[in-house]
Amino acid sequence: MKSLEIVLAGFGGQGVLSAGRLVAAAGLLEGHEVSWLPSYGPEMRGGTANCHVIVADEPIGSPVLNECDCLVALNGPSLEKFEGMVRPGGWIVLDRTLVPEDPTRADVGVIAIEASQTASAMGNMTFAGVILLGAVSETTGGFRRDSFERALSEILPKSKHGLIPEEMKAFDLGRSAAPK
Amino acid sequence: MALVYQRTQGLLDVPFHYCPGCTHGIVHKLVAEVLVELGLLDSTVGVSPVGCTYNNYEYFACDMQQAAHGRAPAVATGIKRVLPDATVFTYQGDGDLAAIGTAEIVHAAARGEKITTIFVNNAIYGMTSGQMAPTTLLGQVTTTSPFGRDAATQGYPINVCEMLATLRGAVYVERVSVTSIKGIRAAKKAIRKAFLVQKKGLGFSLVEVLSTCPTNWGKSPVESLQWVDSAMTAQYPLGVFRGADLEVET
Amino acid sequence: MGRLSNRILMKGNEAIAEAAIRAGCRHYFGYPITPQTEISHYMAKRMRDVGGVFVQAESEIAAISMVYGAAGAGARAMTTSSSPGISLKQEGFSYIAGAELPCVVVNVERCGPGLGGILPAQGDYFQATKGGGHGDYRNLVLAPASVQELYELTVDAFALADRYRVLCLILADGTLGQMMEPVLYREDDAPRPATKDWATTGTKGQRPHNVITSIYIDPEILETHNLKLQAKYAEIERNEVRCETVGLEGADIVVTAFGTPARIVKNVVRMAADEGIRVGLIRPITLWPFPTKIVAEAAERESVKAFLSVELNAGQMVEDVRLAVNGRKPVHFHGRMGGMLPTQREILDTIRAIVRGEGGK
Repeated sequence: MKSLEIVLAGFGGQGVLSAGRLVAAAGLLEGHEVSWLPSYGPEMRGGTANCHVIVADEPIGSPVLNECDCLVALNGPSLEKFEGMVRPGGWIVLDRTLVPEDPTRADVGVIAIEASQTASAMGNMTFAGVILLGAVSETTGGFRRDSFERALSEILPKSKHGLIPEEMKAFDLGRSAAPK
Repeated sequence: MALVYQRTQGLLDVPFHYCPGCTHGIVHKLVAEVLVELGLLDSTVGVSPVGCTYNNYEYFACDMQQAAHGRAPAVATGIKRVLPDATVFTYQGDGDLAAIGTAEIVHAAARGEKITTIFVNNAIYGMTSGQMAPTTLLGQVTTTSPFGRDAATQGYPINVCEMLATLRGAVYVERVSVTSIKGIRAAKKAIRKAFLVQKKGLGFSLVEVLSTCPTNWGKSPVESLQWVDSAMTAQYPLGVFRGADLEVET
Repeated sequence: MGRLSNRILMKGNEAIAEAAIRAGCRHYFGYPITPQTEISHYMAKRMRDVGGVFVQAESEIAAISMVYGAAGAGARAMTTSSSPGISLKQEGFSYIAGAELPCVVVNVERCGPGLGGILPAQGDYFQATKGGGHGDYRNLVLAPASVQELYELTVDAFALADRYRVLCLILADGTLGQMMEPVLYREDDAPRPATKDWATTGTKGQRPHNVITSIYIDPEILETHNLKLQAKYAEIERNEVRCETVGLEGADIVVTAFGTPARIVKNVVRMAADEGIRVGLIRPITLWPFPTKIVAEAAERESVKAFLSVELNAGQMVEDVRLAVNGRKPVHFHGRMGGMLPTQREILDTIRAIVRGEGGK
């Protein structure tokens, strides 16, 4: 049975919720069951944001995760708050630019990528999440590159389709940073 | 023999329940006559309020809905948005419109809902037996202002026409009284104009009718009419507050 | 919202709005409140496309009153809100029940009491199923547990409302409103047009005037009206109970839960099975009418040792469970409030405690 349970967390405005939605959309395109559950709060920008995403072969029970296979952390507080949720043998994928600390967990794999720095160099800060998703795809096998690309074209408004090649470049940078 | 007067087809053949000397009956008749004369009765939906006229759906021959206290303008909004070609009116008293339903009337007017409101102001809560209304005059004795309305603790009367006339969506706003034949004719003209404003889709229209409540005022019917002409019109001057220049008869 | 093959990834709130439109609702009246405002956003855009009406009302009270007027004029009308806003609408609920108007209302619940918080809760179960407004009346209450079900039950709600001339209430929670899942549109979603010869649409000179009202001053007439309403509610109780059951055969413990907690319990059923505890689930889909008979039958099963109701409140549906079980088996309760969700682990711990004979919270 295939199943990927992933928590993505960071500051509001970093595109954490959108990144999670892309994972769900990619999973759906591969014919899986999916759910996406955001934290929601009064802060529109700058607060904390996280989402729970499940990609599975069976109907999904709880959309609320108490544990996960993978944590994607885009800031320090998110790592601190959620690293305890990762199952032994799971993965923590973090943005090294914004998370100088290392996880305290010794029983999980850690992938640290200078995602925000790279995104900044590429001229689009929201690419940071996409870079990390490339690593998640490569490491967990939870969703494929081609379905991610299709998810982008399904979800992004037409006016932003010109960005897709750059988005995929960011995604591939993340893939190559993941351990094989 | 020539027929010189006939009961309007706009009212059903049911006796009114109103007290002797109450002017609701006159206002009902004027609304019904205007709807018939304009050929609108068959396509009209009226909204009854809470208050002495809660059951005027038993009198008007058109389709009617009875609304919760103060909500008639919102109910009328719902009806009109479903039936844009229908004529929709609310018939509301001062407690219903200017106290519990203040938000609904203000926003229906502000949205420029194409409905007509007949606002009957008798400066008192009639049905619940004579309590102070938002339009009760300063010094007026009611069962909840037994020493006369005192501005220091009970505030001031609300002049609804003047207030609503500040809103762009309220395109026709007039205050009339029905204390004399001349006044009744003027009132009918105003009600006719209000329905024509709606028919032409110009926006929200309201006619305030200064009315009597002999029972709760503790006055005879004649004294009551005189009190409207003297005391009430001093606080609530008759006249057109919006739309004096509107030409709707053509 | 992306169109992904034949299934569409949608937020729960969007699914509600789209379902209403596909069910023929062309009149929506709303007032902003978290966590359901996406419904208004969606309606504001989509209603123009389909030639419908979106009105942002001045208050929740005005919005439900607009629904009253529109439903009385024969339209499929809807308003949506969240807990504090639904409290304000209770006046309209009672009038709509009295005047027998068909309409749909959605409550995407948040926590209370008072302004409370914006996170998911189920503290409005009593209000939804037992009244909330004045007088003897019932709303038909549907409790979805997924985005697909939000979609389907919203469509069904319009047909049910028309069939019985009642207010049909969708009781969801903030989690369901905010989350995304795939939705598959059903073929031919629009309920058949209902004949509404009672509606106030203008007499056209063809019939006596129609009157929509809830006031009957004569006590005998009002009692007769009430008896007619009660007979209608009894018919709904006979015909419209909906419920999902999982693993009742041979169950040691039966858990009752609706909405989001029912989803969490489904995971717990599997976890419990791994350690040899057989947990069954009864998930009411209609909260009123409540699946009393199904709960009562489960209480008759020899294998069943106890019931556990899991809710996002201080214990509301559990009262209906207790009435149905009627003392035949112990009924325990596990609830969280304030926007907290129970973890699978803590529910499992409660079940273990019950199995050991220690009882739940």
